Amino acid sequence: MRVAKHPILDDLDQSKKVTIYYNGKPIEALEGEPIASALINAGIRSFRLTQRRHEPRGIFCAIGRCTDCKMIVDGVANTRTCVTPVRDGMRVETQDGVGRFEKPAGTAEGDGRP
Amino acid sequence: MRKITTDIAIVGAGSAGLCAAYQARSAGAEVLVIDENHRPGGQLFKQLHKFFGSSAHRAGTRGYVIGRELLERVEKSGVTVWLDSVVYGMEKDRSIGVIHDGENIVVDAKKVIVATGAKENYMAFPGSTLPGVMGAGAAQTMVNINRVLPGKRIVMLGSGNVGLIVSYQLMQAGADVLAIVEAAPKIGGYGVHAGKIRRAGVPILVGHTITRAIGEKEVEKVEIAEVDDHFRPIPGTEQIIEADTICLAVGLNPMTELLWMAGCRFCFIPAFGGHVPMHDANMETTVQGLYVAGDVTGVEEASSAMEEGNLAGVSAAASLGLLTFEAAEERRKEILGRLDTLRSGMFGERRRTAKEKQLAETAAYEAGRRE
Ligand SMILES: Cc1cc2nc3c(=O)[nH]c(=O)nc-3n(C[C@H](O)[C@H](O)[C@H](O)COP(=O)(O)OP(=O)(O)OC[C@H]3O[C@@H](n4cnc5c(N)ncnc54)[C@H](O)[C@@H]3O)c2cc1C
Ligand code: FES
Repeated sequence: MRVAKHPILDDLDQSKKVTIYYNGKPIEALEGEPIASALINAGIRSFRLTQRRHEPRGIFCAIGRCTDCKMIVDGVANTRTCVTPVRDGMRVETQDGVGRFEKPAGTAEGDGRP
Repeated sequence: MRKITTDIAIVGAGSAGLCAAYQARSAGAEVLVIDENHRPGGQLFKQLHKFFGSSAHRAGTRGYVIGRELLERVEKSGVTVWLDSVVYGMEKDRSIGVIHDGENIVVDAKKVIVATGAKENYMAFPGSTLPGVMGAGAAQTMVNINRVLPGKRIVMLGSGNVGLIVSYQLMQAGADVLAIVEAAPKIGGYGVHAGKIRRAGVPILVGHTITRAIGEKEVEKVEIAEVDDHFRPIPGTEQIIEADTICLAVGLNPMTELLWMAGCRFCFIPAFGGHVPMHDANMETTVQGLYVAGDVTGVEEASSAMEEGNLAGVSAAASLGLLTFEAAEERRKEILGRLDTLRSGMFGERRRTAKEKQLAETAAYEAGRRE
């Protein structure tokens, strides 16, 4: 839910909207906001699944420190959604485990493992 | 890899980094400030409460207003600011590695000031990894900066200032705070903040803790219980609260990674959040030419972070010969006087003692090194 009106802060400017795709489903977002806040506004709190037990995780720090919010964004795994701004047409997917990188054209397949 | 040089490089554009930048630039230094955030200001713009302290500290003014004014001053002063740029490492010679605009750049500065701030502590209990459990600062960022409610029915753990302030700000944003749970026998934060919360009808349950977060895929309920003198939950006292979100306000710890890489010496001061870099009265660490300021030197609050930033900026500029010894001393004296005021009173004393210990340990180390 958006905090549109606030007793101290100015009204939230909701004039510039973009669309992002969460696991294929279109979601409305405000230009400039981080992916995590657009998802939370849409009622989504589970962002990724852990590697071994596939347990859900959501945001913890919201300032880019803990990496609990990482997802696959436009094919790039391990993207911290709390500090990555939305872009119109962006694809955001639940990350299961450590995440693989999409194979760039003409290279051997790489995965996210160290 | 491209290499650039500058007089002073500052990592972190929060309260401390911005003040350091302003001071150093005003003295005539070429200054580059680097922050991985999209926006400058660090944690300052989410602080909607009125600041404490003397009139010199703008007591009674809200944090984000102070932030706006500071930013304006810095922008006018001619400091270069790189945003969306992460500092991923620092060498022993103080050169720093930055990803800026997708490019890997080495910044070789004559002096470096690290003002990377702090991160929130975590606390483990069954269910504490479920989505819906988050830091209090995370919730504050969500409502005040991103303008989204991270939950509707909230239980806050911890009654220090962050727990109290953020609870109030969550209510201002339209959430219900069902309870503040505190294991200690009394409230940790300022009476003014606690009073506001109580008047809003939120119970502050001292002598209690969260024993469990209940839910399949995310938090659906919270179990709390009374604790005994050793902070152990007392069986039979459990209560269930129908909350969808738990905020943890259980302290912060300094973000010191870059300083460890550079080879700074550390000391352990629990009141400051754990391991903190040794530094002298000029904010210089045990690595020559490397300065620190703000929460990274030990967790305090925004006003003291700004003053430490001022101090580091003046000291770094002076060491480059941009200020006369007398001029630098005069400014340092003023700043130290203001810091002294901030570190006094019922809550400030603890931080004063901690800072004195940090300075004493540094002096002892430096004396040993000279022998
Ligand atoms: C989430 C949160 C909420 C808080 N809320 C309050 C509050 O309401 N009231 C209060 O009194 N205190 C609060 N605090 C304490 C707060 O830290 C201080 O009040 C003060 O703002 C600290 O200033 P600083 O400049 O030291 O750090 P910060 O303001 O945290 O600034 C540090 C900056 O460094 C940047 N940075 C860190 N590492 C790197 C890197 N490797 N590369 C590039 N950039 C980097 C960060 O992006 C950040 O912008 C909060 C702290 C946190 C973490
Ligand atoms: S929530 Fe911690 S990095 Fe995003």
